[in-house]
Amino acid sequence: MSGAAPASAPVTTAALPASQEVHVRLRGVTRIFGDKNSAKRVHALGPIDLDIPRAQFFAVVGPSGCGKSTLLDVIAGLQEPTEGEVTFESRRVAGVPEGIGVVFQDDASFPWLTVRDNVAFGLRRAGMDSAEVQRRVDYAVGFMGLRDFAQAYPAQLSGGMRQRVCIARTLVLQPRLILLDEPFGALDQQTRLLMGDELLRLWRETGATVLLITHALDEAAMLADAVGVMSARPGIFIDVVQTGWPRDRDSRIVSDQQFGAITARLWENLRAESLKSMGMAALPKPA
Amino acid sequence: MSREGWLRLLVMIVFVATLEALCRFGIIPHAVLIPPSAMAASLWQILRSGEHDGDILFTLRNVVASAVISIALGFCLGMLIHTLPRVRRAVEPLLASYYAVPTFMFYPVFIIVFGVGGAAIIAIAVLLAIVAMITATLNGLDRIPSVLRKTARVFRMSLPARALLLDLPAAAPYLFTGVKLSVAYAFIGVIASEFILSGAGVGYSIAYAYNNFNNRTMYGLMLLVILAAVVINGALDMFDRRLQARLRRT
Repeated sequence: MSGAAPASAPVTTAALPASQEVHVRLRGVTRIFGDKNSAKRVHALGPIDLDIPRAQFFAVVGPSGCGKSTLLDVIAGLQEPTEGEVTFESRRVAGVPEGIGVVFQDDASFPWLTVRDNVAFGLRRAGMDSAEVQRRVDYAVGFMGLRDFAQAYPAQLSGGMRQRVCIARTLVLQPRLILLDEPFGALDQQTRLLMGDELLRLWRETGATVLLITHALDEAAMLADAVGVMSARPGIFIDVVQTGWPRDRDSRIVSDQQFGAITARLWENLRAESLKSMGMAALPKPA
Repeated sequence: MSREGWLRLLVMIVFVATLEALCRFGIIPHAVLIPPSAMAASLWQILRSGEHDGDILFTLRNVVASAVISIALGFCLGMLIHTLPRVRRAVEPLLASYYAVPTFMFYPVFIIVFGVGGAAIIAIAVLLAIVAMITATLNGLDRIPSVLRKTARVFRMSLPARALLLDLPAAAPYLFTGVKLSVAYAFIGVIASEFILSGAGVGYSIAYAYNNFNNRTMYGLMLLVILAAVVINGALDMFDRRLQARLRRT
């Protein structure tokens, strides 16, 4: 991924080392809502150029309404870009491609199914052998610490546990690309840190590429190999910060000196854009 | 039993006891209303003698047929209207004012089309019950969280698969409200139609007993209808509460 760039220019991708295979590529991607001739057209996103290498943990931060969730939807194939192209594993994304898993901010667990049946849902739909379904479900339920609640219904679980059900349901399908749209947004800080550790463990175990949308700078700085900073709407990348963390990291990294520097850099980029999105001018720096 | 259950039972006992006393002491004339105990005795006699078994089965068959048709057709129409926003915008004001129209006034039309008998009764009852199911279906489908629809797309589910595996269970609590209403309206529609359209059935028997000043039989059969409606609705309500408890998102 490329490093810092002037705030006024979109970040362009630098050539990746030969060893780094591009897993997800965006070229000239924009998303505009509304009809062509309508006065109510909203330019929500782009143009975006982005390369995400295979097995990278890439986080995206930005002010509210900058198009982060729209970016995720476009990559997942849930929305079509107005212009430009998204490719996943060198194939153009049109509709949701095979090999992608998505975890949303809102609770997406199926309330009429037990935890076990929720997790098994995708596997059964794929016509998988029941023994294999059981094996994968047992693993995922154990991995996410839900073994004691396997027969419970989502209504009986806390918000954090329901998100773990959704993550387990995604995990069992062994996706090669995991997209997370503010999955811990509704949780308290302690739970978020612990869920972050779970997510890192999942990432290491599966070797999947992860794209995390978050409004929490500390979460992005802690979890990601690289953090893309988006501008106010229409969102473009104004910076990509490489964290340089080792692969076997966890939430204790917040005590590392470098963590503070990374978070500070993210905020430095983001502050002005956040003020812009709120319709406020940036205050002059103190003398 | 819960405190509310005991209170409910107490209210019913007080009501029945008051009615019994008012009738026994002649405050309410016998010609107008017989005591509840006499109604119960009459009902017991009716069931034991088997004299009205044919009528009871006739009514039961009509209620079941009307309810099943209303629920199935109402659900399908509701799903169809939900997928066609323009049609929905056109039709929704009509659905909203549907129950202001006294459906029974169409009975001469149904007699011409179906003749006197079960088919016309079922048609009127379906006409009464179906809109409750259509409205409940629209309401239920509206309330499916958009995140579940997105999840269905992530799972790359086809439209029929999504309808069966996601829309139906997600909307179930609201659909069940439609089922309860449809059953109630089917009951009302069948009994009321039998008063005017039929030569058989519990409604016809009540009207026949009334016209022949046979209060005991009339009130016995009315008690049967009340008990059947209460039991069926109670069972549906119990199931509904269990369904809601399981699906309620905290």
